[in-house]
Formats: sequence, structure tokens, C-alpha cells
Amino acid sequence: MLKDITIGQYFPGESIIHRLDARFKIIFSVLAAVMLFTAQNFMGLGIAAVFIIMCYAASGIKFKMILKSLKPIVPLIIFTGVLNLFFIKGEEVLFEWWFITIYTDGAKTSAFMIVRIMTLITGMSLLTYTSSPIMLTDAIESLLSPLKKIRFPVHELAMMMMIALRFIPLLIEETDKIMMAQKARGANLDAKGLIKKAKALIPILIPLFISAFKRANELAMAMECRCYKGGEGRTRLRKLKCSAIDFLALGLILCVYGMIIANNIAFG
Amino acid sequence: MEIIKTINLDYEYEIYDDNGQVTDKSSALCGVNLTVQKGEFLAVLGHNGSGKSTLAKHFNGILLPTDGKVFVNGIDVSDDSRIYEIRQTVGMVFQNPDNQIVAAIVEEDVAFALENLGVPPDEIRERIDEAMKLVDIYKYHKHAPHRLSGGQKQRVAIAGVIAMRPQCIVLDEPTAMLDPKGRKEVMKTIKMLNEKGITIVLITHYMEEAAEAKRVIVMDKGSIIMDGTPREIFSEVEKLKKVGLDVPQVTELVYELRKAGLALSADILYEEECAELIAELITGK
Repeated sequence: MLKDITIGQYFPGESIIHRLDARFKIIFSVLAAVMLFTAQNFMGLGIAAVFIIMCYAASGIKFKMILKSLKPIVPLIIFTGVLNLFFIKGEEVLFEWWFITIYTDGAKTSAFMIVRIMTLITGMSLLTYTSSPIMLTDAIESLLSPLKKIRFPVHELAMMMMIALRFIPLLIEETDKIMMAQKARGANLDAKGLIKKAKALIPILIPLFISAFKRANELAMAMECRCYKGGEGRTRLRKLKCSAIDFLALGLILCVYGMIIANNIAFG
Repeated sequence: MEIIKTINLDYEYEIYDDNGQVTDKSSALCGVNLTVQKGEFLAVLGHNGSGKSTLAKHFNGILLPTDGKVFVNGIDVSDDSRIYEIRQTVGMVFQNPDNQIVAAIVEEDVAFALENLGVPPDEIRERIDEAMKLVDIYKYHKHAPHRLSGGQKQRVAIAGVIAMRPQCIVLDEPTAMLDPKGRKEVMKTIKMLNEKGITIVLITHYMEEAAEAKRVIVMDKGSIIMDGTPREIFSEVEKLKKVGLDVPQVTELVYELRKAGLALSADILYEEECAELIAELITGK
């Protein structure tokens, strides 16, 4: 039942977006986020949104995946929308009833914020839709590698992420098994109330932790057997390669960026 | 040529109390003298706690002897400076395939050892493809390990070791967690590797698997008590039973028949030869 959960769903493919260097994609995502916050008006936001939708089209990811990526943040969208709608005061009253007063500025800001958040999440999702977790791990290791100079454990961090990715499905499966075993012995896992619920977790978490430590111990031994000695002198099977396309994409993003800034200057 | 040699190998576990103080010592191995020849297929038998896993962990320096010496290709395993050379020579496969696979993609995991050794990417690609084809898991090279069956996962683990091109592989109960089909797949792989000239040390408590080896040793209370060919070992049914081990079904049957007074030779090991002999006995030829 829990087995099919994945973190940051990845859709394998061969599109241009898929083939971009994952390091560039991470940088692009950051740039896109900054871009969305630079845009001061609907026009700027519109440019960014059109650009992101074009990226989706190029990646071959179905548009309904955009809706799927937005689903978990619906509460956030509603919250931001409502907050801005009711609490921003302006001069022009749009709507008035009993104690509720909505100003035009409030409605505008509210809509602006909603579009901004939606575009932001849509853009970020494209990163995980088109790059495998392993590619992302490699990219993060590579991007952080300058930090090695200040003794930041970059390799260790990447190795931990890789092992976590490997063991998450395994531990989920195990949680499932433990839950069933405890249920079979009469544990009440569906208890009502916060404290009771927390208490019901104990008989699941303790065996899970014990087993995780045992696994960690064995894994460490198996890694030693395969000559693991840390990041020093390690090579990689897959080399991250940046090509002309990556720089082209960077150019394109900077163009869009320029358009948004120009738009800001022109229309405030 | 000998590949592994132990001389008067002793190993003691320290037993700690709740405060982390050493309270007692428990001897896991005492005075083990064992020589493994190149190209050999050695099976190690013994019930739980007989020291067979502890012994295996000495073969590539995961554990270091309390007393005595272990040599791999003439190199002392306590020589810290050559430990990676030793681990490359003697690869090790453990019982639970899930706990020894590091990466979330099969080919990444097979490449793990080579990445550690600093092999250039092109050569890694070549060697892992070769290793994966050898154990017949190449068609899953892009899969996630947790989607594979137990037998397939264990073969991924074996491929990860083979990619290092070791001269010897030590397998610590590699089939204990597998279903009968997976067990068969893994045994077939092990035998095939031995035929390719790789020395195999197989720790097991399945007698049928030990019967496939060329040499069997039996361990009890940290020492080797029997050493010989499978036929020699399994013909001593009473001695094996005394140390808590079973014998293959065929041997058991022959043993009972002999006890009942039938004239059968004691060293029968395989089903076919047993069937033939019994058939001869019945038809009276």
C-alpha cells in the first residue's frame, strides 16, 4: 500500500529538457524563482508563465501534470489569496457587505500572489519531473563542490542522499510489515486523539529504528568490502556533461529575464 | 597456489556491560588453520554460532585476528597499507541482498566498487556491462533494486563484486533469504563463476549446496572439525548429527538403509546415483 510513494516524481524521457545538464537545471530553477519575484506586474508574470508553459511543451510532460503538481499546495493558495483579499487596504472599494470590505488593490494583489505561487510551483516541479533523483544528487554534489575548500562534507552529503533514496522504499515496505504484525497482535493503530495516536506510533517506530540500525551496520560492512574509502580519489560512472544546449538555454532564460526587467522599468 | 591461508587464527569478541566496560571475552575462533587453493570451490558448514561467518570476515580484513595470521596471496591482512588490494582480491557477498546494495539503480550499484577504486568512467562502463552480462542481470541494468526478486538482487550484489575482478569470492549464506527459485539461480551463478576460475568460499547451512562443492569443511565451537570432499564428509552421518547438522536427504536414506543391513556404499551423494543403486538392489543385478 505504501510501496508506490515516490519523492519528486520523475518521468523518464528524451526531450531537450530531459537532456539538459541537471546542474544547469537547478540553476535555471533558482533563476526562474528569482525571476518570478522580480516581476512587478501581470505582464511580467505573464511572460514568465508563458515561458514555463513553453518549457513544459518542450519536455513532453503532459499539461495535466501541472494540475497534479499544484494539488498539494491548494490550501496555501487559498490561504494566501484570502489573506491578501481581505487585509490589503486601498482607496477604491470593490465590494462591501456587513464587516467585509474588499478593495480593488486587495483583489489585484491577491490574484497576483496566486498566479505567482502557482507559476513558481509549476516551474519547480518541472525540475523533478525531468531529472532523476540520482541526477539531482550528482548535480547537487557538483554544484556544492567549491564548498569542499571550507571543509564542508559535500561527498558525504551526496552519499547520504544516495543511500536515503535507495532505502526509502525499503523502509516504507518494512513499516508496512511492522504495522501488519503489530495489528495482528492487537495493537490499536487507528486510535483517535493526538496523544493516543502518538502512543500508537511507538510500537511501529521502535522496531523500525532497530531494523534500520541493523541494516546500516550491514551496509557499512558491505561498502567496506567494496573498498569504500570516502570521496577521495573516487571516479563516477556517469559524468555530468554540459553542452551547447545548456548555454543556449541559459541565454534564453537571461533573455526572458531581460524582458521582465524591461517590462518593470517601462510599466512600473 | 594458495590464495587464502590462516595460521593459528584466534578471534575473541569482547562482551560489554551497560556502561560500556569490557566484562568478558567470548572466543569465536580458536586455532583455525585453513588453506584455500586457487580455483577451489570450498563450502563451510556449521550450525549457528560455530564461527563460520566470523572466519569469513577475516578473509578480507573486515575483522582482524586477535591472535595468529591470515594471508591473502601472501599478503598479511593486518597490513593496513594494502587493505584495498586485499579487498579487491577477495570479494564478499552477504546474506541479505537488500542491505548490501548501495545505489538506487542496478548499474550504479554494480559500479560502486570501481568508482571507489578510481577506475576511469569508460573502463567502469565496460567492466560493469561485462559483470552484469555474466550473472545475467543486464536486462535490468536501469531498474531500481527494490523492484527485483531476491535472486535477482543477490545476483546484482554478486555482479558488484565481480566488477572488481576478484580472484576469490566469499559468500556468507547468500541463499538463506531466498525462495527456492532464487536459490537455484544463485547457485547456478556461483558454479558458473567457479568454472571460470574464480575461487569460491561458500558459507551455507544447506547441505544440498555444500554437496555441490569440491571440498567441505565443518566448523564447531570456533574450530574446524572435519575437512574433506563432500563424499567423505557426508558419509560420516553420526559425526555430523552430533554437531547439530543435517545430511542431504539422499545420504540420510542410504544411511538408514545401511543401518537396516543393506549393502550400499556410504558415500552416495546425488539423487541419480542413489536411485540407480537402489534399482540395482531391487532387481538383484
